[in-house]
Amino acid sequence: MAGMADHLGRPLVAVTGIGIVTSLGAGKAENWTALTSGRSGIRTISRFPIEHLNTRISGMVDFLPSSSRGATALTREMAETAALEAIGQSGHSESEFGGPLFLAAPPVELDWSSRIALQRAKAEGEGMGRLLAAARALNALDMFDTSQFGFIADRLADRFGTRGLPITLSTACASGATAIQLGVEAIRRGECDRALAIGADGSATAEALIRFSLLSALSTQNDAPEKASKPFSRDRDGFVLAEGAAALVLESLESATARGATVLAVLRGCGEHADDFHRTRTKPDGSPAIAAVRAALADAGLGEDGIDYVNAHGTSTPENDRMEHLALSTVFGERMKSIPISSNKSMIGHTLSAAGAVEAAFSVLTMRESVLPPTINHDNPDPAILLDVVPNAKRSADVRAVLSNSFGFGGQNTCLVLAREPV
Amino acid sequence: MPDGNAPMSSSDVVITGIGLVSALGEGVETHRAAFSAPPGRPPLEEAAYAPYTVHPLPAIDWNLQIAKRGDQRQMETWQRLGTYTAGLALDDAGIKADEALCASMDMVVAAGGGERDEAVDLSILAASDGRDDIGVLVNEKLTTELRPTLFLAQLSNLLAGNISIVHKVTGSSRTFMGEEGAGVAAIETAAARIRSGQSTHVLVGGAFQTEHNDMLLGYELGSHLHRGRWKPVWQRQGMEGGGVVTGSGGAFLVLESREHAEKRGARAYARLGAVASDRLRRQGDYAAGLKALAGRAGSTKLAVSGASGAHAATGAEKKALDGLGCAIRAFSTLTGHLKEAQFPFAVALAALAVQDGKAFPPLDPGAEQALDGEVRAVLATAVGYHRSEGMALVERA
Repeated sequence: MAGMADHLGRPLVAVTGIGIVTSLGAGKAENWTALTSGRSGIRTISRFPIEHLNTRISGMVDFLPSSSRGATALTREMAETAALEAIGQSGHSESEFGGPLFLAAPPVELDWSSRIALQRAKAEGEGMGRLLAAARALNALDMFDTSQFGFIADRLADRFGTRGLPITLSTACASGATAIQLGVEAIRRGECDRALAIGADGSATAEALIRFSLLSALSTQNDAPEKASKPFSRDRDGFVLAEGAAALVLESLESATARGATVLAVLRGCGEHADDFHRTRTKPDGSPAIAAVRAALADAGLGEDGIDYVNAHGTSTPENDRMEHLALSTVFGERMKSIPISSNKSMIGHTLSAAGAVEAAFSVLTMRESVLPPTINHDNPDPAILLDVVPNAKRSADVRAVLSNSFGFGGQNTCLVLAREPV
Repeated sequence: MPDGNAPMSSSDVVITGIGLVSALGEGVETHRAAFSAPPGRPPLEEAAYAPYTVHPLPAIDWNLQIAKRGDQRQMETWQRLGTYTAGLALDDAGIKADEALCASMDMVVAAGGGERDEAVDLSILAASDGRDDIGVLVNEKLTTELRPTLFLAQLSNLLAGNISIVHKVTGSSRTFMGEEGAGVAAIETAAARIRSGQSTHVLVGGAFQTEHNDMLLGYELGSHLHRGRWKPVWQRQGMEGGGVVTGSGGAFLVLESREHAEKRGARAYARLGAVASDRLRRQGDYAAGLKALAGRAGSTKLAVSGASGAHAATGAEKKALDGLGCAIRAFSTLTGHLKEAQFPFAVALAALAVQDGKAFPPLDPGAEQALDGEVRAVLATAVGYHRSEGMALVERA
């Protein structure tokens, strides 16, 4: 069918449904209102004790029934909530979705409440042997479920009737973008005409917070939580750990058009490049991130002038924001000073495995609503970063195409290009 | 297209590199020799994790694949094992020293993770008796006792990250999670990428390091581990425990399009045919579901089975493959269950059998049939101990 293929003759991939859960609320309407009002979802932590912690703030999702039931339960509920919204919007069946599932989820280990429960089961043996003996005796299948990385996707596959073996993936902070990329690639290969891509992360536990703290990755500006995440500011001091989920229904444009679905956006391109420099730091010349941005543009068939807005990775760590600026100004040159770029993380924090999906969903809304969400807390710009970060207040703008960046530990760099119209 | 008679095509997926580590040792030829003359009793560790038996890691000189001590220190054993095994596969494919080929190479890793600091965990558990403020205790202990670099050294996607750093594989990097299914999806995705032209060459595989109590806990919370005296995979039904004996090891493959392999003059062990995966309902006639899955991959006379020993899953797989008239070789009898690496390991061994053109002798002569004559295609299987199934047909190159 004419107009259904991209510049390389591959099926164009439409977005026909999105769903979002963040600390700002459940659902895209609530989230978009808060995000464009510049409201922060970052709070002082109330879910667990904060004694001894250097960082005592987070962007948690504390309003769901599973919010206090552990990382696996919350990740699952957020994923399900977001997927239900996305599938509902797409018009596909909520129980027989019929396409594959790609889930970006955190690698979660058996949590402390389970470990303590095993310890207190009074089994025989010493040390870890006692826990194993308790495991034998208890036959605690709910605990077992939380120890299996394939569990959440399996339940989501049951719930939504997705097709085949679901894929659970982790590319650290790029995971959400990778889930989308896998869906796009499957549709382009002709394996399916639709796919469900979800990024979900409910793993803001005390242990996760401590692990990131020990890497000096987190902001310690605890006194005014809503001010702590300040991407591209001179006094940025780390990211704010957060929870959230987003789901996107991806569909061949041909299939979406044939069934008369509303096309929310087109997923034009995905680009990726791994970094071989260091486990947490990027190559000083920024070449892997540069290569990922260029690969996404090339995959989308767009030149540097094709991007109207950048949804930044913008974590608010000293390293990321500097490198992201370097990468973008290398690719876009002088024009980068005038391409608006903002960081959703200034309000919702860093939703880790979910971030790439959450930010892709917000990118879709940005184009459809012709409104750029702001980068809040931009009171003290970093003089070395010459970017139009849409400081502090939203702005109206006609946006035809967005570049959404995701960069993660382990050298993961994944960029997406989303467009408002098919061509 | 049964028994390796499918026509050749330039977008065929061929296996040009294999890296293997198990309790049997390391490398292709060590494993070929061990499976050609199977020991009656493989190397076992029976004391350290009693009442469980594990197949332990062999002696490894990490320097051979991970030159920098600094890199070795940044990884716990699982990541080191995976990075090492990946290096073996790259070496075997003749790619390791070729910077350009590594830089353009895609990678899909099937990963676990979670090698926690047992000493810290135990100190928290010991101090927890009689305390109500567990959250405060956890904060206090973890903030002071946790090694800062441990997080990354055991994090799932950092196996791929370390492969990028150590071996310079940087085309793309995806990490799949989810037990055996992760290994199945990794190979299925890698093959689909090559067939469609999205990739020319892909590094794919996984590793599992079982000698850590949390790794055993992951099985035993679901009552899956075999207890008591070690037995081959097929002889654990009705015995104490759930039937799974785990092992430490890894398997990585270099998959390439035939065209790409031929252009650089690489030798191919075998061609990877259809890969079929699913999440079958295990109630009802599970064996029938497995039989249908095997039909999707392609029927043949020999199966290299990743059967774990888990009573229900392994029983159903035996019934399904017997029903197809397939001779079976359940390699876990010699290696233990390698979790995420199980399917890559099965595919690798199947490739060796295809290359040899004959079946390995039975690993458990009471349960596995002898098979004479030429073998042109082998079914590789991984039926999850709890969920997910994968099968692939490995054919003559």
